[in-house]
Amino acid sequence: MAGKPKLHYTKGRGKMESIRWLLAAAGVEFEEQFVETKEDLEKLRKDGHLLFQQVPMVEIDGMKMVQTRAILSYIAGKYNLYGKDLKDRALIDMYVEGTTDLMGMIMYLAFQPPDAKEKNLALIIERATTRYFPVYEKVLKDHGQEFLVGNHVSWADVHLLEAILMAEECKPDILSPFPQLKAFKGRISNIPTIKKFLQPGSQRKPPADDKFIAESPDAPLKLSEHRGETECTTERCSKKNPMIGRM
Amino acid sequence: MTGIPKLCYFNGRGKMESIRWLLAAAGVEFQEEFLETREQFEKLLQDGALLFQQVPLVEIDGMKMVQTRAILSYLAAKYNLYGKDLKERALIDMYVEGTTDLMGLILMCPFLSSEEKEKQHTVIIQKATNRYFPVYEKVLKDHRQNFLVGNQFSWADVHLLEAILMVEEKNSSVLSEFPQLQAFKARISNIPTIKKFLEPGSQRKPVPDDKYVETVRRVLQMYF
Repeated sequence: MAGKPKLHYTKGRGKMESIRWLLAAAGVEFEEQFVETKEDLEKLRKDGHLLFQQVPMVEIDGMKMVQTRAILSYIAGKYNLYGKDLKDRALIDMYVEGTTDLMGMIMYLAFQPPDAKEKNLALIIERATTRYFPVYEKVLKDHGQEFLVGNHVSWADVHLLEAILMAEECKPDILSPFPQLKAFKGRISNIPTIKKFLQPGSQRKPPADDKFIAESPDAPLKLSEHRGETECTTERCSKKNPMIGRM
Repeated sequence: MTGIPKLCYFNGRGKMESIRWLLAAAGVEFQEEFLETREQFEKLLQDGALLFQQVPLVEIDGMKMVQTRAILSYLAAKYNLYGKDLKERALIDMYVEGTTDLMGLILMCPFLSSEEKEKQHTVIIQKATNRYFPVYEKVLKDHRQNFLVGNQFSWADVHLLEAILMVEEKNSSVLSEFPQLQAFKARISNIPTIKKFLEPGSQRKPVPDDKYVETVRRVLQMYF
């Protein structure tokens, strides 16, 4: 019996935020069950609800889906946000991988020690302005259309808006060299479902603060431990280290 | 004008290896251009061939595709290795993300110091036997079919075989508690296209060595 999708995660952005964005953009109502303590997480694991012992986990259409990218692809496919054919999909996938990499760097920033934070913030801004944003700026400039792919709103547009807003939290005028992206941001933010999500009172989560980090049930590890990809309960650590892997 | 796919990467496994596996499993011939010098890489950058300034790069069907996962998804769909509907795709995607995570642990190994390497080996075996292999063992045990999803050969099967073989290179008895996976390994290895890929002389790449590490560092100017 399918009800609303139900999201299991901490009460913060992390890897679940892109899922919240996509559901919201698609106009899909969802519930959230917050993992607040280590016990909450252990219970989910013991009950066999987490395929790889990790969150995010989304209960949807009778499935207990895990793995952020799998979940996002499913939602995009289900709600017609994945282009019209295989080639549109390929473009969307490529673009989304880029914004995933950029947002991964930003997400990771909150959990770093103060000395590493400054250096990595500079790297994020450099990457955003020299590697990622120029790509999307050019895509929009070249085809002159409103959306990134196939003249139709897709997952790629939602993901890029999310990335832009996160980057602006790092540096408010980061879009100043990018007129196409500025216009894009204005346009996509005005899509009714997205406009609603951007208003106070929505299920959008605020940026991680020190309290959230300290109380996170899977207390973040030091950078040196992350290099070794050791114990971590959320996917962010079992994936490539977003700071080091970014060549 | 479409010819055979052309892969641009170092002459070694890295992130391209899963793409080689999938093309091979699908019976698709491909060419390879190996990156050996910094100049080659800079030329690719200057020519605008690399969307995010990174390899892997696969030229296929008139596109210059980058981002490993995007490339793999495209190939899986194109060659009917992505299940028959959205729910099967979802399962394949979840399973593949798991094996990606597991192989990701191994991918980093050549670039670690010797003490880090040893620590990492322990983590790999521990994760493989406690987190990842039990999942696939159970999937196969529960439905008793030959393949992971939908009773049909898919990307998930190819990826799992690749992961199993990589972990076995670290510890040859790692499958000892997993009878389903042992049988799975044998079955999938015997699929003609895969059997061929597993034979000497194929485009499968060997375990990374110091020369590989040196090449990657030199080409990407990545010294850590």
